[in-house]
Amino acid sequence: MTDSSPAGQILARFHLAWPGFELDVDLTLPGRGVTALFGHSGSGKTTCLRCVAGLERASEAYLEVNGERWQDSATGLFVPAHKRALGYVFQEASLFPHLSARRNLEYGLRRVKAAQRRVDWDHVVKLLGIEHLLDRLPGRLSGGERQRVGIARALLTSPRLLLMDEPLAALDLKRKNEILPYLERLREELDIPVLYVSHSPDEVARLADHVVLLDQGKTIAQGGLRETLARLDLPTALGEDAGVVVESVVAGHDDVYHLTRLTFPGGEVLVARRPEAIGQRLRFRVHARDVSLALERAEGSSITNLLPARVEALAAADTPAHVLVRLDAGGTPLLARITRRSADQLGIAPGLPLWAQIKAVALLG
Amino acid sequence: MNTLSRLFVALGAGLLACSAQAAEVTIAVAANFTAPIKEIAEAFEKETGHKVVTSLGPTGGLYTQIKNGAPFEVFLSADDSTPAKLESEGEIVPGSRFTYAIGKLVLWSAQPGYVDEQGETLQRNDFKHLSIANPKTAPYGLAATQVLDKLGLSEAVRPKLVEGSNITQAYQFVATGNAELGFVALSQVYKDGEITEGSAWMVPDDMYEPIRQDAVLLKKGAGNPAAQALVDYLKGPQAAKVIAAYGYES
Amino acid sequence: MPLSTHDIAAIRLTLELASLTTLLLLLIGTPIAWWLARTRSRLKGPVGAVVALPLVLPPTVLGFYLLVTMGPHGPVGQFTQSLGLGTLPFTFAGLVVGSVFYSMPFVVQPLQNAFEAIGERPLEVAATLRASPWDTFFSVVLPLAKPGFVTASILGFAHTVGEFGVVLMIGGNIPGVTRTVSVQIFDHVEAMEYAQAHWLAGGMVVFSFFVLLALYSGRRFKPGFN
Repeated sequence: MTDSSPAGQILARFHLAWPGFELDVDLTLPGRGVTALFGHSGSGKTTCLRCVAGLERASEAYLEVNGERWQDSATGLFVPAHKRALGYVFQEASLFPHLSARRNLEYGLRRVKAAQRRVDWDHVVKLLGIEHLLDRLPGRLSGGERQRVGIARALLTSPRLLLMDEPLAALDLKRKNEILPYLERLREELDIPVLYVSHSPDEVARLADHVVLLDQGKTIAQGGLRETLARLDLPTALGEDAGVVVESVVAGHDDVYHLTRLTFPGGEVLVARRPEAIGQRLRFRVHARDVSLALERAEGSSITNLLPARVEALAAADTPAHVLVRLDAGGTPLLARITRRSADQLGIAPGLPLWAQIKAVALLG
Repeated sequence: MNTLSRLFVALGAGLLACSAQAAEVTIAVAANFTAPIKEIAEAFEKETGHKVVTSLGPTGGLYTQIKNGAPFEVFLSADDSTPAKLESEGEIVPGSRFTYAIGKLVLWSAQPGYVDEQGETLQRNDFKHLSIANPKTAPYGLAATQVLDKLGLSEAVRPKLVEGSNITQAYQFVATGNAELGFVALSQVYKDGEITEGSAWMVPDDMYEPIRQDAVLLKKGAGNPAAQALVDYLKGPQAAKVIAAYGYES
Repeated sequence: MPLSTHDIAAIRLTLELASLTTLLLLLIGTPIAWWLARTRSRLKGPVGAVVALPLVLPPTVLGFYLLVTMGPHGPVGQFTQSLGLGTLPFTFAGLVVGSVFYSMPFVVQPLQNAFEAIGERPLEVAATLRASPWDTFFSVVLPLAKPGFVTASILGFAHTVGEFGVVLMIGGNIPGVTRTVSVQIFDHVEAMEYAQAHWLAGGMVVFSFFVLLALYSGRRFKPGFN
């Protein structure tokens, strides 16, 4: 572990013990895209993020970001937080109350050498839509506006790694929806790896490329978003929210019935008319609880979205009354949460072909 | 008469009998006379069987308490002006004012050999600080300025004067070595006929006006045989011996 | 003219003493308050208690110990003498030292409260924005703690102006050097010069009133301790 890893990776190993809490993680993360640290409150995800930032000092630690070593307890190396080229977005925006939005943005920017600045002021200000807010004091900004300024402030330090600690958790649904598009644009337009702490599966599904699932200070799963979310061994961590994410493409619009057709490997679904143009990519999420199973193609049902699928595996769900069934719908993994009784009546077993009835899809974007 | 009433009568009679033989006297004493009065009071109690209750304090403070009804019967002041004031204000038994001690001024240093017995040290003027009590408010301070005037040194030592707000503080400045020497009360540095520590020049009596400490029998003490007995005792030879041993003239 | 030249000298001296003391206390008190606000050390309790001692000790106790320790035989006195500075009692410098001790809690406690109120978060934010600890102190802590500094300065200044016992114990009542307004008032009262005492004492009452008025009416200025 002491040898340098190939660039393009984040190696993070932390061990830290407090009374009543222990963090013990060993992560190898891609050096680009959005990685979600996901888990219940108390699972250690924020502590892990703070260790990466150098705000918390783990007793045993190794941290390397795209070839640059920031911490190694074996050699006593500890780069203090202010010397790590990272951006940190806190749960509450934590703007300096004595400085205007503009001065808040300049605070970090001024402390980065001009030669190292890679993020353009105008671009960021426009990206986050805060041009008109710059001369206000934080007290005169709404929660969502403050958070956007906070994100811009972190970006303007040209970080090699952006850390976001539940940046939406303190906001109501309306404000969340106000900020999410900005975060998506961030992912698309800036080539900065992001570690994103969240306990919201929707946020993770919408933003993340890679997921680390934490529970009681330990990593219980890590990997690509789709594969990780479709794993059957994680229902205790996900509970009611178990489900999968599907990457689809807008294939057509039906203006008579006001519907949009989305295709993906293995099938297609119809959803309420979307504004996106044909050919555009769209993520959606299918909760396991919204998938029911039928042995034959149901006729005379109000459910329009039916997909042929094959049972891959069964596992216990979050309650003893339910089971989780993993399906392969022509290349796209699906999860179904059905009662144990139904499973027995239908004779559900690996290899069984059947029809998955999708009652609802949650479009992300 | 029932049993209870009989008991009360018996108790009352007993108390009366007691007070006739051994009464109690409450006295207010200026703090600088603390040590001698303790010794005098003990001897007095042993000889007469009376009991002495002593309240110590600064003269000004005791004066205020007397004016406000404190139950003092005899007052031993550290000066002569306060008792005179009480007399003019009708607070004392007329004609009871007398000088029980005369304070003596001494030029003192905590270092042995620093002050010579003729006071030449003062003339040499090679010290940094000369401590005195505040001459505006303390009799010993006033006496000190009279001595300096007599020696013609007032101007020469003025920049070196440090003032304690009272004679105790003037002594403290010297005792802690912060001032090399100072005019203090002999009673502060004297016991049983000699200077207890350091070195001193006994300032001759004719160089300053006598520092009289007067005592009075207060109105509250009129008719208390113990109060009168204490006043008489203070004027007597046994008390005089104790007072002299502490460096006062009586 | 109701005030004598001695009175005016005493007022000037008092203002000089209070200004210098306040300035020194801000310099000394800030790191102490910062340490007290941030440390998790076991020494926090004892150090805090020592700083607060002058709140409960009679000034004469403090004055007495200063007199002894700063005297020619005391440890501080030995030290100042070895530096060729002589001893501190009866000097203006001695009063400044005494006042610094005496008014310490009135400066340290409001500052400590102000620092504690800032909390951890702004410091962490500054660190993630590349500010070093010193940089953070000047660019974030000082501006955010400004009300605490105002309160500390006003209280430190006012308390030094009102100081009496310590000055009496170590000053030696030297006009223009150690005779402050409060000692001058005491002298006037002891000498029954009530008219002069009234002018100075009344002035003190008015001064103190306006100081407290400034403290209580400025909504942001809360006295830091209670």
